[in-house]
Amino acid sequence: MPGPNKETDLTERVEAFLSDLKRGGSGTGPLRGSAETARETTELLRRITAQARWSSAGDLMEIIHKEGRRMTAAQPSETTVGNMIRRVLKIIREEYARSRGSSEEADQQESLHKLLTSGGLGEETFRQHFAHLKANVIEAIKELLTELEGTTEYIAIQALEHIHSNEVIMTIGRSRTVEAFLKDAARKRKFHVIVAECAPFCQGHEMATGLSTAGIETTVITDAAIFAVMSRVNKVIIGTQTVLANGGLRAVNGTHTLALAAKHHSTPLIVCAPMFKLSPQFPNEEDTFHKFVSPHEVLPFTEGEILSKVNVHCPVFDYVPPELITLFISNIGGHAPSYIYRLMSELYHPEDHEL
Amino acid sequence: MADSGGTDEHDKKDDVERSKSEGKELTKEEKQRLRKEKKQQKKHKEKKDDKASQESGKENKSASSAAAAPQLPTQTVKVVKRLPEHIQVDNPEVLKKLAKKLERQQTPVHGATIKIPLRSDYGYKVSLFSHLHQYSRKAPLTQQLSIPSTVIHPAVVRLGLQYSQGIVAGSNARSVALLHAFKQVIRDYTTPPNEELSRDLVNKLKPYISFLNQCRPLSASMGNAIKFVKKEISNIPTQCKEEEAKSKILNCIEWYINDKIILAAKAIAASAIEKISDEDVILVYGCSSLVNHILFEAFEKRRKFRVIVVDSRPRLEGREALRRLVQRGISCTYVLISAVSYILPEVSKVFLGAHALLANGYVMSRVGTSQIALVAKAFNVPVLVCCETYKFCERVQTDSFVSNELDDPDDLIVTRKGKTHLENWQEVPSLGLLNLVYDVTPPDFVDLVITELGMIPCTSVPVVLRVKNVDQ
Repeated sequence: MPGPNKETDLTERVEAFLSDLKRGGSGTGPLRGSAETARETTELLRRITAQARWSSAGDLMEIIHKEGRRMTAAQPSETTVGNMIRRVLKIIREEYARSRGSSEEADQQESLHKLLTSGGLGEETFRQHFAHLKANVIEAIKELLTELEGTTEYIAIQALEHIHSNEVIMTIGRSRTVEAFLKDAARKRKFHVIVAECAPFCQGHEMATGLSTAGIETTVITDAAIFAVMSRVNKVIIGTQTVLANGGLRAVNGTHTLALAAKHHSTPLIVCAPMFKLSPQFPNEEDTFHKFVSPHEVLPFTEGEILSKVNVHCPVFDYVPPELITLFISNIGGHAPSYIYRLMSELYHPEDHEL
Repeated sequence: MADSGGTDEHDKKDDVERSKSEGKELTKEEKQRLRKEKKQQKKHKEKKDDKASQESGKENKSASSAAAAPQLPTQTVKVVKRLPEHIQVDNPEVLKKLAKKLERQQTPVHGATIKIPLRSDYGYKVSLFSHLHQYSRKAPLTQQLSIPSTVIHPAVVRLGLQYSQGIVAGSNARSVALLHAFKQVIRDYTTPPNEELSRDLVNKLKPYISFLNQCRPLSASMGNAIKFVKKEISNIPTQCKEEEAKSKILNCIEWYINDKIILAAKAIAASAIEKISDEDVILVYGCSSLVNHILFEAFEKRRKFRVIVVDSRPRLEGREALRRLVQRGISCTYVLISAVSYILPEVSKVFLGAHALLANGYVMSRVGTSQIALVAKAFNVPVLVCCETYKFCERVQTDSFVSNELDDPDDLIVTRKGKTHLENWQEVPSLGLLNLVYDVTPPDFVDLVITELGMIPCTSVPVVLRVKNVDQ
């Protein structure tokens, strides 16, 4: 019987994905990049839409909510998973609204005027059954997948608009997006890149070797020298793990220092982040923001005598406030940090902010 | 060469005279330069000096000006010293001059003349720093010395090796080790016949200082100590007997170490302890002997505080500080410098050590210090710098590029999970590694400087320098 087989197959895939997430989330960088995680999440959601049993949009949304909660619980720091789930939920809402024939404006954020005049919009239950809804949703998710595949390329294309010749550019750690960005500019321009190695994981080393094999003049510096060399830097271009709803960043540790040094020298700070990294969370410094990994990276077990008497911290992320950021470059163009909240309202529905 | 020997003579005289009286008016320098240019064709020596003064730009060669112009009544402005060699590596003329100078500084002993070897640079240098030396730790200078190295005293050879391998590190430790080595040299010294102790001993010390400079560029504190020793030696009256003179010099050196380093540390600790209150969380960076001393004293006086030690690659000096603090029983936390903006909200004060304090109020210290001061300022945490006055330096500097030290670039290579990404960095032509040693912190990041003369703001450093020079 195809039905149960499909279902077990589906649950197997979901379980495999969850265990991958749990394993791959160490501070050295996930086993795969955020783009891959986003793509896999979307693939999985497409399968769930295709193979799970649901009759109305509301059912599908509940299923996706449930699976989404499990996925985000597996690795809370991997926010692209949650972002993709919210995108798909928004797609479902839109397709539902289109099938119903009502205009898209009904789904927009409720203004006070609308709340008082229209009234009944908040009671949408998504219970109506539409025959073509499934096909439409799957089609829309496929479009989302193609969009995901092109993000790095669309960001890299904009490189020549931002890098002139003989510039000195600084970056920190390793970001595939920034690497593609710089390599694209290097085809036509000559410039110099300084990479901060970002201890203790030293992902900067990999970045530097990647850039230098592409023929870019690269220098590796230690984290301690960031402020010392900043006076000679023309631009700072970084990647990030997440873009928060207020325009701030959750980036690799050391980025806040880099941003402060850039601000002190009035050097522009450019963040290359594709849209799937935009998360509707606001920075919450208490429990969920910081992630720590084994202090062995900082103080190895060979220092045995003092280890037991000392507290060692190894945070993975840093919060960078939006005042320190000059520009976001994403696959849909460049934006100021103050515009991020608007983009967010286009991508996600306010009711999906809490999965 | 006779005329270059004359330059050295003028050097020494000028050093002595300058420390006794103040320098010439600055406007006279223009006239001196004109006079030099007139004499250009006549004297070979004037021609060489002139080239050097053109290369160094606005800096003036005090030796040639001392030779060219008579001494004039004193004014407040001092003559600026000539540019040190170790920041002119990109100038081949200067390198040639250095090689010649090292050759000259040999004293023929038993018919053999051995010269101090010139250390060669290693690896690809980042273009921003092509004016600085970059040595490899694997090729110490002593490998190029032949045995028996009778020119250089074995204590000095040992010291040079300890410097270049990083065994003796930290400006206080280096200065004290230097002075102890000098004491040994002076004990073993005998005046040759027909020579004056005051002049000959200083000449004897010159090749040692060049050797140590080749092993590792001298720090500001070492420079001040050497100036003091030279001054003391040249002040020995000629009729003094040798034993008496030597014991006098040894006592002077003892006094210097005791007064400027040990007692100064006690005084600084006494005033710094007033700044440490109970329930304080103090952040320190790397391993500064003075800051550690302050924390030990405060702990003895039963203050309740805890310490956060911040460390950075590749030196990881903070681990040494951590060991010492934990041994005393102080509760500590340890992080790397990239986590400093995570940990700073918990911190109530930042204590930093200094390598030197420059005359424009900038603090020269281990690389990373300016970064910590920057982030502390952003979080409104007070930054206190602790520094003895013998580290105050007349130089001025605004960025960390013009005068710095480049350490062995291979230190940056690390093996993680069996993979060493930068292993073959020399083979990749466009890849460079930069291992800076020092950086300068602007005075607006520093809230207070604690010295043995009291607690002063960063901008009062030239006042202290002036007061010290008037005393001397």
